[in-house]
Amino acid sequence: MNGVANLWSYLSTTPLLWLTATILGYLAADALARRLNNPPWANPVLMSVLLIAPVLWLTQTDYATYFEGAQFIHFLLGPATVALALPLWDNRDTIRRSIAPIVLALLTGSIVAAGSAILLARAFGLPTEVILSLAPKSTTAPVALGISEAVGGIPTLTAVLVILTGIIGAMTVTPLMTLLRIQDWRARGFAVGVAAHGIGTARAFQVNPTAGAYAGIAMALNALLTSMIVPPLVRWLM
Amino acid sequence: MLPTLALLLSCQLLGEVAARGLGLSVPGPVLGLALLIFLLRVAPALAEHLRPTTGVILANLSLMFVPAGVGVIGNLDVLSKDWLALLVILVVSTLLAMLTAVGTFIGVQHLRKGPTP
Repeated sequence: MNGVANLWSYLSTTPLLWLTATILGYLAADALARRLNNPPWANPVLMSVLLIAPVLWLTQTDYATYFEGAQFIHFLLGPATVALALPLWDNRDTIRRSIAPIVLALLTGSIVAAGSAILLARAFGLPTEVILSLAPKSTTAPVALGISEAVGGIPTLTAVLVILTGIIGAMTVTPLMTLLRIQDWRARGFAVGVAAHGIGTARAFQVNPTAGAYAGIAMALNALLTSMIVPPLVRWLM
Repeated sequence: MLPTLALLLSCQLLGEVAARGLGLSVPGPVLGLALLIFLLRVAPALAEHLRPTTGVILANLSLMFVPAGVGVIGNLDVLSKDWLALLVILVVSTLLAMLTAVGTFIGVQHLRKGPTP
């Protein structure tokens, strides 16, 4: 018994345990989603969190300890953002051809995503730092964290709200677009990329490659735009 | 794989240096993205060398959001107090943003009667 306790106290202090648990949790969640044919409700990020969070709770592991291991994966969000240059580059001709709908849908979608969150949060009377954490929720995590910090939000809360937004977008986009009878994959992908960043983009790639490419375009452009519009929007609406 | 990782990290690093050095509100990785597009413009042959590695990274994008998502356990106090308001805000705001974007995209395209590839 003492041996087990010793082993646990050793493992729980090395990054190895939670790094491995994160990858295994994701592989299990992703395999399950594929087995179910990727329905909108079986989101891989949500299911991974639902697998890992109870383990942390049961073993009384705090987030800081978990993050010691998980940070290596979290860190990859930075290079992954840079890597988005590639789908943008590959689609440069298509982007040039539909530049007007792309620019205008990006502007309106991005402003509504941040503006409606700020106004609704004010209407619900949420604390200021929560509203500021909420404002960049539709842009990709590394960008949102930077914006949250810059405007005075709580970065770790922003991270959770960003992930939830992505999951909500990924789960609702297919039923919403089907309900509206929108068949244009470019418009469908672009909308989920603007509103629900990388998780929405991952969903779009599951459904249709054109939708995925346009979601990637929207997400990358929105990363640029959100960091420019959230600080003035916050000053204006708060 | 390693040269591609080195290039991605270098772009991010230069972006970070530029963002902090110039006091910009644009995050470093976004400037790194812009820098990489510029590099691809200058040397289009680069794309084929980068693609195998960037393809793997982008195909597993969901994995990279898991550590931040697990952060839910560190914010249970705020979330448990305002969870219903936050959930309503996130759902309504996300649906509004998607409706606005898809409406604008299709509307503008219709107005221009643009070419459909």
